Amino acid sequence: MELIISKYNYWVYIILMMIGFYAMIGKRNLVKKLVGMNIFQTAIILYFVSTGAKRGASIPILEGGHGEAIHAIHAAHYVNPLPHVLMLTAIVVMVSTFGVALALIIMLYRRYNTLEEDEILELRK
Amino acid sequence: MTPPFPILIILVPLITAFFIPIIGWWRRDLCYPLVIAALSVSALSSVFILHLVGEGGTIHYYLGSWDPPWGIEYVIDHLNAFMAIIVSAISLIVALSSKRSVERELPQKVVYFYCLFLLQVTGLLGIVVTGDMFNLYVFLEIASLAGYALIAIGEDGAPFASFNYMIYGTIGACFYLLSVGYLYVVTGSLNMADLSRILPDLYHSKVVLMAFAFFIVGVGLKMALFPLHVWLPDAYTYAPSAVSALVAPLMTKVGAYVLIRIVFTVFKPSFSIELIPGTAILSWVGAIAILFGCILALGQTDLKRMLAYVLIAEVGYIALGVGLANKAGLTGAILHILNDALMMACLFLVVGAILYKVGLRNIHQFTYLHRKMPITMAAFTIAALSVIGIPPTCGFFSKWYLVLGAIDANQWLFAVVLLVSSLLNAILFFRVIENVYFEPANAHGDRGHEEISIDEAPLSMLIPILIVTAGILSLGVLSGKIISSVIQFAVPAGL
Amino acid sequence: MIAHLEDIIIQTVCRILIPFIQVYGLYVIAHGHHSPGGGFQGGVILGASFILLCVAYDINEAKRRLNEKLDTMFCSLGLIIYSGIGFVCLVLGGNYLNYSRLGHILPVDPVNARSLGILGIEIGVGITVMAVMISIFLDLASRGKHEEGLE
Repeated sequence: MELIISKYNYWVYIILMMIGFYAMIGKRNLVKKLVGMNIFQTAIILYFVSTGAKRGASIPILEGGHGEAIHAIHAAHYVNPLPHVLMLTAIVVMVSTFGVALALIIMLYRRYNTLEEDEILELRK
Repeated sequence: MTPPFPILIILVPLITAFFIPIIGWWRRDLCYPLVIAALSVSALSSVFILHLVGEGGTIHYYLGSWDPPWGIEYVIDHLNAFMAIIVSAISLIVALSSKRSVERELPQKVVYFYCLFLLQVTGLLGIVVTGDMFNLYVFLEIASLAGYALIAIGEDGAPFASFNYMIYGTIGACFYLLSVGYLYVVTGSLNMADLSRILPDLYHSKVVLMAFAFFIVGVGLKMALFPLHVWLPDAYTYAPSAVSALVAPLMTKVGAYVLIRIVFTVFKPSFSIELIPGTAILSWVGAIAILFGCILALGQTDLKRMLAYVLIAEVGYIALGVGLANKAGLTGAILHILNDALMMACLFLVVGAILYKVGLRNIHQFTYLHRKMPITMAAFTIAALSVIGIPPTCGFFSKWYLVLGAIDANQWLFAVVLLVSSLLNAILFFRVIENVYFEPANAHGDRGHEEISIDEAPLSMLIPILIVTAGILSLGVLSGKIISSVIQFAVPAGL
Repeated sequence: MIAHLEDIIIQTVCRILIPFIQVYGLYVIAHGHHSPGGGFQGGVILGASFILLCVAYDINEAKRRLNEKLDTMFCSLGLIIYSGIGFVCLVLGGNYLNYSRLGHILPVDPVNARSLGILGIEIGVGITVMAVMISIFLDLASRGKHEEGLE
């Protein structure tokens, strides 16, 4: 019980990731596979961002502007900004993959008039 | 100021890729010279880099002048310089030969094709040059996305094959990202050299073990290692000829390079070999991949599909070499990266030339082809001899080192697998060569009846094929010099 | 795929709101230093304002204001700004993307030059992301047919 409560962010991301993974592999409709892919990638982004959170911390922006003397910074007061920055890039990659995938689905629909994987395999033979 | 060659090698194709849509809208026939110019600059920079590394040791280049581990660092040692030359030279050769086939197969999309081509080359070059784990993920995704789009332009079954490839490839890249996340959580660093310094204290923890497992699976998906190869035959068969000639030699080899980096540089050899049976698993998987690829290729009649299965077997060779984890085995694996890139480039360029001239892909329709396209089929024969492993072609020397490595590691089974695979490759390619060179018996009566004139492939396709064939022959003879000057330093220390 | 809705309320509200959305998008880009924001987020908001125009009115209405050829030019333009700033830093003698070297051509000291360099990069990223979002939406909504053609 202690294991689940103290590390609940890991459990959330694992459950989401497995749901997305199952949808990518187990579903036959191409759009459902895409939705699964999106959930899978979002779960990984959630995991990364959650590793940077700290209890009672605020956003990592220094008040005071340029040129003024800034007092000593305690890293424990600010959320770790590096995972957020990395995940910006990962979100861009996710959106680009989604765009390419949707374009491919449109090409497939125009060619085969169906979006079920087994029907497309039947029509290909 | 450090010489800017590490960044020039990536920057020039990248900026040219952004200029091509603008220039292509204005005049379409300027795209091809621009692509050739950009790739030549890249190839020249990589030659300079190899020269600099050979003289002065590892080059470090800090992006934005932030020192590592705060900034992104490009590290080029002998292995990186070696891979950079392979990637830039082969992409230049394939780009040279792509003009005619692109104009015939995809006439309205020439501009976007070249833009995606350059983006893919940028991604591949970025993977081999960078020294930062997350930067590798970014370039891996650039190369993969450009690959999905390029493969989908092809013929009838291409969009579905590309969709399948995309699902598999996204899983692989996400697993890689997950393992980078695990390593970041326990170490706090993303730099490869920094990680290899911090990780040895943490080798007993489960997080590092899971990170290693996710790495192997993710990179295995990208390089089509045995159970994860399912996307490869369809994707490379239905792609346009210029695309298969670019992606087939390079994408899987760059994946193999990432594997070598992770197994031997980020995680020290003491972890991968002794603490967990990582390299043992890799060697078994490689051996099964070799047999599987060769046996399945025997049943194919479509030449491109057969070559795709041969490619799976070649990836198995490299995985076997990495898994043997001794000096000879790893030398064989790294030399095989070079040789396999050349052989696959030659084979796929020949297939592209045959498709352009004659339009045939079925092996049994290849009769009289040796009279129609003699030089092209001679190049095919030389590349086939190299795949089988006959001296003095380069394939012999890398197989020799792999067998030596297997014997050094007392794994006689792997040596037998390597020799059996040479036999299977011989059967495979002699099937094709027999159909090409030896005419059927009942044609003897009317040999003077059809006068088949020489109708060779156009010069822009023939010259790259000849360059690659000359490379296969000469690099075989020069193997000793290559090993003593470059590969010997590229093999990770401590083996 | 997007039917032509003749709803007067939606059209009027969108017509009033879209300039404000665009100003907000520009605000998000420019304030990437001081508050959550930056190039990608602002670019998505700018692209979303355009897509709102497509949804409220007709696609051809949106294509009249930003046709597909110009859109592709914007994609390249933003990335050329990004790589161009990095390249200028390379030419001025530093490493790639070493914005402090921009202090040689702009009248600021190296620390402020780094700040201005990042701002330039974010603007480039914002332009590209806006163009790509619009391009993806136009391609999908017109079911992949380029009625006007791009060549």
